[in-house]
Amino acid sequence: MIELKNINKTFKIAKRNAGLSEALKALFKKEYTCVHALRDVSFSIGNGEMVGYIGPNGAGKSSTVKIMSGILHPDSGECIIDGLIPWEDRREHVRHIGVVFGQRSQLWWDVPVIDSFELIRDIYRINSTSYRNNFEELVSTLELADIVRTPARQLSLGQRMRCEIAASLLHSPSILFLDEPTIGLDAVSKIAVREFIKRINHEHKTTVILTTHDMQDIEALTERILLIGKGQILLDGSLSELKKRNSSYRTITLEFNTGNFAEIPGITLNNIIDGHAVFHIDTGMISVSSAISELSRSADITDISVTGATAEEMVVSLYEEFKI
Amino acid sequence: MKKYLSFFRIRFVNGLQYRTAAYAGIATQFAWGFMEILIFKAFYNADAAAFPMEFSQLSSYIWLQQAFLALFMLWFLDNEIFSAISSGNIAYELSRPIDLYFMWFTKNLAIRLSKAVLRCMPILIVAAFLPSPYGIVLPFSFLGFLAFLAAMLLALFTVVAFSMLIYIATFYTLSPLGIRIVALSLTEFLSGAVIPLPFLPDNVRKIVEATPFASMQNLPLRIYSGNIAGSEMLRGISLQVFWLTVLVLAGRLWIKKALKNVVVQGG
Repeated sequence: MIELKNINKTFKIAKRNAGLSEALKALFKKEYTCVHALRDVSFSIGNGEMVGYIGPNGAGKSSTVKIMSGILHPDSGECIIDGLIPWEDRREHVRHIGVVFGQRSQLWWDVPVIDSFELIRDIYRINSTSYRNNFEELVSTLELADIVRTPARQLSLGQRMRCEIAASLLHSPSILFLDEPTIGLDAVSKIAVREFIKRINHEHKTTVILTTHDMQDIEALTERILLIGKGQILLDGSLSELKKRNSSYRTITLEFNTGNFAEIPGITLNNIIDGHAVFHIDTGMISVSSAISELSRSADITDISVTGATAEEMVVSLYEEFKI
Repeated sequence: MKKYLSFFRIRFVNGLQYRTAAYAGIATQFAWGFMEILIFKAFYNADAAAFPMEFSQLSSYIWLQQAFLALFMLWFLDNEIFSAISSGNIAYELSRPIDLYFMWFTKNLAIRLSKAVLRCMPILIVAAFLPSPYGIVLPFSFLGFLAFLAAMLLALFTVVAFSMLIYIATFYTLSPLGIRIVALSLTEFLSGAVIPLPFLPDNVRKIVEATPFASMQNLPLRIYSGNIAGSEMLRGISLQVFWLTVLVLAGRLWIKKALKNVVVQGG
């Protein structure tokens, strides 16, 4: 059980204008601006839930994850995770959580991955039976058999990320924080990682909190979404609810031979490249069927498809709606 | 405790694989040792009576210093720690159920010991076969040798405890450069790395000998050569224990404070 109540965090950031004289001035008097990274952030997450934590860069996602994993002290507010305050009982708390920071590495660069795993085993004092079980399970599900004996520096990003995820699950944590776990991965690795996350959430009832910019991650994995922008929680709901919010929009994609599109209320031309056009339809103003008949009157259509908003577009419209 | 031991082991074994670096280090230390001895020889030729240590004592001092350079020199700092702090990778270390201070302490001990193990033997063996008074002499007495080992261990711990303060300061300055240069050049001189402390003027020497820096290489090296013995030796070792305690306590308080305000750099 994760509970956050009115968490605030401010960072002091040194600022100066460009140029030598400004740099000299800054030697004597530094100007700071305060950045409110988090304002009154509150939410609660139950055991075994899988939550997607989204928001633009700099919204406060990583800060929240760092607070929940005991690394960062907030300025004010409460956070209780399984009865512990992360930053006060850090060492006891982190025993039960696993963290993956997609942009950093916890594997030891120069030694085979398996050595890092064994060090982690000793750090968490994992007994040998459960270590062996976890190790075998992770190696088979993440397909690590061929790479655990390779030094981390010689692994590809996808291989390394699979090892990173394995490394943070060796001690069977009850909560897993994933901070952009699929960043920079190719399609195959992304799918493998997603499948695996789904599986541990399903089989071990591990609570998963996932921050990402990849909407396909969200679509594939999470039912619940937390949207944060400028340090504030803007939306806490399910993906399907979000889809309903955006249900008045449709996208129509056309392939055509010749055509000339006039302005029609409710239809906005999004993109046109010789013989291929994308329109957004506001179904509040014009029905899909009349939009199609209007469009077929203007062009000699060879192919047509109608789709609802993608998660990507929904998030863009949310960002626009909340002006973040 | 076991986790720190296994951390020590993996770090120590890892350190042993850098053989080429060790060969290069040994070569440098030989060159440096010979150069120092030749310079001092020139001074001693002018007037041997004007110096506070016998020339053979001085030779032992220099060869031991070169052999165990990795244990005593403050500038063997761990760049991984600096970059972990300034890049924000420390996030991972903080997400482990481990005491950061003791983990870094152990890591530093392991790195220094693995370096020293690789380098000390060739230097000690060659120096033992050098003709007197240029080589290393046998220890002053058996008891003195035991005291030397104890003082050497305490000195190593003191050096690491002091380095910890430099690492922690990086939480505030972010770039370790400035603080490193100041701290290192100061300790280099005050610890007796440049010239043995007895060579300093009496008044200055008395003050310097009370500082933690004199508890680093100065004490064990002088105990070995018999330059410090008896009650003076006991006083020196007690002072080492005192400074070690103070430095460790200060480091632990400071890191606790620093972690409260820590800003993990980067997104």
